[in-house]
Amino acid sequence: MRVGTRFFALASAAFAFAVASADARAADSSGAAPRILSIGGDITEILYDLGQQDKIVAVDVTSMFPPEALKDKKSVGYMRALSAEGALSVNPTLIIASDEAGPPEVVSALKSSGVRYVDIDDKPSAEGVPNKIRHIGSVVGADDAAKTLAAKVEADFAALENDRKQIKSRKRVLFILAVQNGKATVAGAETSADAILKLAGGDNVAASLNGYKPVSDEQLTEFAPDVVVVMHRGGGDPHMAGQALTLAGLSQSPAAKTKSLIAMDGLYLLGFGPRAPLAARELMKSIYAEGANTAATTP
Amino acid sequence: MTTLDAKLASAGTAVRPSRRKVFVALTFLLIASAVLSLAIGPTGISLQALPRAIAVSLGYTDDLAAARDRLVLIDLRLPRTLLAAFVGAALATSGAIMQGLFRNPLADPGLVGVSSGAALAAVATIVLGQGIGAPLIAPLGIYALPIAAFGGGLIMTLLLVSIAARQGQLAVGTLLLAGLAIGALAGAISSVIVTASDDRQLRDLTLWQMGSLSGASWQKVFAIVPFAIAIALLAPRLTRGLNGLLLGEAEAMHLGIDTERIKRIAIATTAAAVGAAVAVAGIIGFVGLVVPHIMRLISGPDHRVVLPGSAILGASLVIFADIVARMALRPAELPIGIVLALVGAPVFLHLILKRGIGGSE
Repeated sequence: MRVGTRFFALASAAFAFAVASADARAADSSGAAPRILSIGGDITEILYDLGQQDKIVAVDVTSMFPPEALKDKKSVGYMRALSAEGALSVNPTLIIASDEAGPPEVVSALKSSGVRYVDIDDKPSAEGVPNKIRHIGSVVGADDAAKTLAAKVEADFAALENDRKQIKSRKRVLFILAVQNGKATVAGAETSADAILKLAGGDNVAASLNGYKPVSDEQLTEFAPDVVVVMHRGGGDPHMAGQALTLAGLSQSPAAKTKSLIAMDGLYLLGFGPRAPLAARELMKSIYAEGANTAATTP
Repeated sequence: MTTLDAKLASAGTAVRPSRRKVFVALTFLLIASAVLSLAIGPTGISLQALPRAIAVSLGYTDDLAAARDRLVLIDLRLPRTLLAAFVGAALATSGAIMQGLFRNPLADPGLVGVSSGAALAAVATIVLGQGIGAPLIAPLGIYALPIAAFGGGLIMTLLLVSIAARQGQLAVGTLLLAGLAIGALAGAISSVIVTASDDRQLRDLTLWQMGSLSGASWQKVFAIVPFAIAIALLAPRLTRGLNGLLLGEAEAMHLGIDTERIKRIAIATTAAAVGAAVAVAGIIGFVGLVVPHIMRLISGPDHRVVLPGSAILGASLVIFADIVARMALRPAELPIGIVLALVGAPVFLHLILKRGIGGSE
């Protein structure tokens, strides 16, 4: 009896709430400017660079640069766990999304929603970035700005390639994504870390692996890197920078002897937005820095 | 048999509401949750838009705003609500069946291997889908994961039953232990595959394991209809047998119950129900374990009430949890498994402390 009454009370309250939440819908007739939902950190960054930030109504949580993006705009959550109604609730008229966005059912629902949906190819490469910029520029009607930005990025990458050719002896580099329980997860081939290491003129010692893989200390001794790269923000572990070179498997490596540890912002380094050539250049400078060089050549 | 049913029905009648009152209340709860689920969502479109949405569906108008109402109400919220109801009902009923079959309050639908088999198949699909498994998996597109999860669950259950079957007899104890062993084995194989995954696949896996109804679609709703019908037909045939098994397997046999048949129907029903639920929503825990307990608390141990009651209560609970999942962080979404555990676990603890589930009752 008591339980029955409680159910009735609860259910009646629920009904009252349903009725009360009447048509609170915002007027979805939009003006001329599109309302952009940007899904992907690099896409958001490019939109800001193209001066389109006022048209953005919401972003996903990977949009960490510029920092005001996540502060000023609504967040629709992680790009691979989107909600169809959630995304539509920000009333977008244009969805620009990385081809990594998901889950697939939600993406197909959004594509059939009548809102314009643009897939952006997200390959982490020197050609991928300017292509991405031009594509986004043409979608938002900022072709000229996009051409300028893409040309600048291409020039940066070309200059970088030039500098790469100047490198006499390439260094062996290891990218450590995370250290957990004294075990390192390193970046193998087919990762954005591998791509940026190559652009910076380093040889990825873990290129025999595929993807980000946890490795044993014994395997680490095998790698014997000259330089170790870690992330300190944007997905990086703040304590990791200190730990990386003390790993047993790295303690005898050239990197540990010369204390060659580079810590960089994770999103800046791996985001493959317009700042990718700058990040690669900064990484190159650090890898082939005076200090590390001297330390390595004068035992 | 009739005396047993009568005894169960009258057990502790002093504090228990009549069967009819229980079902009226539960049905009301289910309708309320379903209406709410249709009325509430991050877009703020309410049920007042329903006539417009229907008008679009019937082709009377192609107004843009109305088309959006239709998409949200009829293509997003309605299939989501139906799937939530199915998943909740399937998991809760299976949980009640398993607890009755194993005579163990800790039994949950995972015991017959469905969840571990489904998880293993899902891991394999997500991780190997772009690599060596691509020729097999790619043609299935977005249905690869649900199909694999269902198939994996079914195969694992068949394997388990063939292990536990001895000369036509299904040993419940062996089934329980073999279930644990095979679950551990499947978990280990999953882990081996996971070490070969990249970080993106790892994220997909983690999200799948937390369960979500955000991928609901009409195709999925149509896919589960046969399972819903099968469970609705099979579950009522189990009630007398499970009531008999409350006394013990030998006693049930003396009462003239074909215990082997009951076991097989119970396992088949659970495999189908959980397999279909996992396929459409990923792993959703808690419902299968807890809802039958709540039901027994309300109505006593009679399976004629516990099974259908668990189905309705489980459906309502998952629908409510899904409303929270889509509204709490809107426009982002919370995995429903987290909502169920966060809200459900403390409520369950409260019930245990207050009413003594699994104790003297």
